Amino acid sequence: MATLGIRVQTVNKSFGRGEARTVVLKETTFSAETGRLTMLVGPSGCGKTTLLSIIAGTLHADSGEIEVLGQRLDQMKSNSVAKFRAKNLGFIFQQFNLIPTLTAAENVSVPLVIQGHPYRYAEKKAREALEWVDLADHANFLPTKMSGGQMQRVAIARALVHEPPIILCDEPTSSLDSENGQQVMGLLRKAAGQHDRLVLVVTHDNRTYRFADRMAEMEDGRILRVLETQEEIRAHHPPGE
Amino acid sequence: MIRIALKMLFGDRGKYLMLISGITFATLLMAQGMSLFCGLMSWTFSTMRNVHVPVWVADPKVEQCNDNKPMRDTDTTRVRSVDGVAWAVPFFQNLSMARMQDGTSKMVTLIGLDNNTLIGAPTKIVAGRLEDLSMPNTVVIDEFGVERFSAGRDKKIGIGDIFEINDREARIVAICDSYRSFTGGPYVFTTYDRAVEYTPNQRKMLSFVLAAPQAGISDEELATRIAAQTGLAAFTHHAFAWSTIMWYIRNTGIPINVGTIVIIGFIIGAAISGQTFYSFVLENTRHFAALRAMGASSGDLTAMLLAQAVLVGFIGYGTGLGVVTFLGTNLLKLGKVPFLMLWQIPAVVGVAVMVIVAISAVIGIARIVRLEPAIVFR
Repeated sequence: MATLGIRVQTVNKSFGRGEARTVVLKETTFSAETGRLTMLVGPSGCGKTTLLSIIAGTLHADSGEIEVLGQRLDQMKSNSVAKFRAKNLGFIFQQFNLIPTLTAAENVSVPLVIQGHPYRYAEKKAREALEWVDLADHANFLPTKMSGGQMQRVAIARALVHEPPIILCDEPTSSLDSENGQQVMGLLRKAAGQHDRLVLVVTHDNRTYRFADRMAEMEDGRILRVLETQEEIRAHHPPGE
Repeated sequence: MIRIALKMLFGDRGKYLMLISGITFATLLMAQGMSLFCGLMSWTFSTMRNVHVPVWVADPKVEQCNDNKPMRDTDTTRVRSVDGVAWAVPFFQNLSMARMQDGTSKMVTLIGLDNNTLIGAPTKIVAGRLEDLSMPNTVVIDEFGVERFSAGRDKKIGIGDIFEINDREARIVAICDSYRSFTGGPYVFTTYDRAVEYTPNQRKMLSFVLAAPQAGISDEELATRIAAQTGLAAFTHHAFAWSTIMWYIRNTGIPINVGTIVIIGFIIGAAISGQTFYSFVLENTRHFAALRAMGASSGDLTAMLLAQAVLVGFIGYGTGLGVVTFLGTNLLKLGKVPFLMLWQIPAVVGVAVMVIVAISAVIGIARIVRLEPAIVFR
């Protein structure tokens, strides 16, 4: 059963001071439910990534409420937020952010190591996660020996290895070609279907819109519109447009 | 997390080797400088190391064992008269010119020992017999003397060979093992009276009086009594050795020169390691930020950087110390360079290396703990 996983209420965020001050989020309100793949879309500079960072607890909002899995992140201390992230959030970044000197399996095991699990256990789970993204035979490869699509699949395995209820993705397909992008989105779609997981994808890649269950459109730091079904999404963003 | 940290470090081979090189070089400079300093300082009181007696009595103006302010011969008797003295014997020391039969001359440190007891004689005789010093015109030379006197000759000099000291015959009856003198010349041991004969005549010839306490009296107590009752300067072996070292520290440029080497070593090590480590942290900022985003705490990242820095410190320190030890025990000995690595040197250098490592780590940690994990989303 879908429950509210993320609730952002009238959040404001600006960068800089004085004349250089730029307001990025303006009274932004947003929510996302578990068990669905929600896309946050909009033009460059509209505040998507800032909103994602605030939801992840990696950036402080100037004001407003941020509730993730029933926990008010804006009221927690940074160490508690870090622990919360380690347990409940999986991350997929635009630039993959795999550590180049670690093998695929070692990279995937990182979230479990951060949580304090023994290496042997972490590596075993990492190999299982790599199998899930169809890269079991690349477990001992260094990222430098892998293609962009393979690296992003390793990143997906890393985001899933500790079985977090929420996956946050920042432009996961923007560094990939169409085929790899579709493959990655397919995996994310599959991940959302497991364990009533919430997958939030920030993107402006309209080739991937068909994978969304729900879509929030942002513009100038505000949520402009929320499309609740794939039909509504198709109606507003026809395939091939 | 430590394992991940070390894999990150080992993976960046260029920086890893640069860091180790920096620490190795710093260790090498610091340990080498300190060992040379200690070696040089140990040479300053070589006479005392060769002639190991409990109490040294000298002219009141004497501050160090190479200083020669002769006393009257009767001063030996005055020292013997002090209550608590087990024995007291005269001791002669002077720099003299030795001339070989082929006409070449070498500076030597001439030591005159008590005629009857030979107290203070070298303990390690490697050839010949010490007792033969009772024969006329005889001397004992050290192995370094054999080497110096044999230079340019087809055959090494040995027992029975003759040379001259101030135009008087000196026949070698024994060869001993001794510590090198600060002046760089070999030691020549003979009896007190013969040493006086070898030396151009002066009104006063007695360099030191060597003494020992009776049972139940400490060296310090005896030295205090001798000084109080005779007005002469009296030192225990330990006190005189330190007085000698301190004199050289105060009156020569050795500490400044060696200290400069040590400080340069520290600065070079800190600069290379600090800069390379900071560069390593900068290049990995995005990865550290990703780790933070994934839930690693500031403590986790601090532990990672400390582990990296400490490991580099240990490897660099071990390598540097190994190189210094190799140089000291093999190469430097060939050139007769003073080298003495006391156990305190590795300890002090170890602390200095840990300070360098701490500086490097703190520079990196200061950046990482302030790191905004949100940069991974940009």
